[in-house]
Amino acid sequence: MNMPFYVPPEQLMKDRAEYARKGIARGKSIAALEYADGMLLVAENPSGTLHKIGEIYDRIAFAGVGKYSEFETLRVAGIRHADLKGYSYARSDVTAKSLANAYCHALGQIFTQEVKPYEVGVMVAEVGDSPETTLLFKITYDGTLTAEDDVAAIGGQEEALTAHLREHYQPGAPLAEAIGWAVAAFEAANSRTFQPTEWEAAVVDRTLGRRAFRRLSAQEMAGG
Amino acid sequence: MIPDTTSGRPWDAVVPAGSFTALLRSHGLEPRWTLPAEGSALEAPEATTVLAFRYADGVLMAGDRRATAGNVIAHRNMQKVFPADNLSAVAISGTAGIAIELIRLFQTELEHYEKLEGSRLSLEGKANHLAAMVRAQLPMAFQGLLVVPLFCGFDEKAARGRLYSYDVVGGRYEETDYTATGSGGPYAKAHLRGAFREGLSEDEALQLAVDALVAAAEEDSATGGPDLQRGIYPNVVTVSVEGYQEVAEERVAGAARRAMGELR
Repeated sequence: MNMPFYVPPEQLMKDRAEYARKGIARGKSIAALEYADGMLLVAENPSGTLHKIGEIYDRIAFAGVGKYSEFETLRVAGIRHADLKGYSYARSDVTAKSLANAYCHALGQIFTQEVKPYEVGVMVAEVGDSPETTLLFKITYDGTLTAEDDVAAIGGQEEALTAHLREHYQPGAPLAEAIGWAVAAFEAANSRTFQPTEWEAAVVDRTLGRRAFRRLSAQEMAGG
Repeated sequence: MIPDTTSGRPWDAVVPAGSFTALLRSHGLEPRWTLPAEGSALEAPEATTVLAFRYADGVLMAGDRRATAGNVIAHRNMQKVFPADNLSAVAISGTAGIAIELIRLFQTELEHYEKLEGSRLSLEGKANHLAAMVRAQLPMAFQGLLVVPLFCGFDEKAARGRLYSYDVVGGRYEETDYTATGSGGPYAKAHLRGAFREGLSEDEALQLAVDALVAAAEEDSATGGPDLQRGIYPNVVTVSVEGYQEVAEERVAGAARRAMGELR
């Protein structure tokens, strides 16, 4: 009978983390930043049909990087979670915090218990009535949940994007200016310029009414 | 999140997720009704007049505000016309409690589909789904707890307004020009039959809708006419290329005063 080799837990976790990080680093990144009326999410995504950013609920948006099938699973689970909760209780009871906690719980479980960890990074953004109540959460492949203030990024270029955005970001800027910062951060991180059609971008904007999610057109991304 | 105990996963990870109703059912949360086999003498608030017809820009839908339970006026300011999504509206007649829950489920279902798939259901798809939901209520209908909706919306592909009426067994019928349902429905329909014409402006359509509701309220005690004293007016909404819009109460009030003035 074969005895399984003993692998120390430290080694196991390290290997899993490295595997996940490598997978995520191969994909493209997403940046999130707050502007005057809400939260802007910008992804480098040449595909016009396969989205990385999506609507979860009235004021909540989702962004995922890494393996498409895996973050798509998380997006769908998030919509189901939100709709079920909103239908069972009230629309105002669906919050980004509870959704982020659910993602953190799920990714943590998958990281330790499944054969392979999810190679994903996820952000959940919720626009509130004021900048103070606007929330941004980041959940990593191992289920680490962090609440971000106004600027965050996920994906292979996470650090470069965050550093560039932090340097230039100012609170209360109009949408066009925020788009400019996001585009500049991607261009600096990649050392090249982008066509407007290479972006996938969306906002959750408190001026849009109940369903605050809106996708931005290539024209808007081009500054038009 | 919802633990899925069957697969050991923290939640059910099926990507092409089914409908919202299927989701509710899988968690044992769907609205479920079981009644004794013999008819019940339950008096739940019901009765209505709701109507819809085409006008120049799309479709207009309107409903009175009264709910009755037997001889009692249960509610004076009930809402019977609702947005189904951005491009369609739904109105209810029948047992209020069940109908309102049905509409809430229908709205969630449409939004759920739209978010999962990234595109809206076609207008016909929405109408068919509503038919299935009404059909699922059939055992309740035999107990006297009926729900009969009206559905209308703007068809993006055909670029025009379309309207559908239903019957109690979930039959779905597309109407060409106008329709009405509820206890006062036949009277409203008779009024519309005489006054409807092609290409009504929004103002004309609003007046016609209110006139038809006033005509129904004249004949049917379970339909409430405009209540000028309390300031309760019919709900009137339009669905055009610009989407679902509620007609402002002042405008409905103006139309109601004109309609009531003509009666004098």
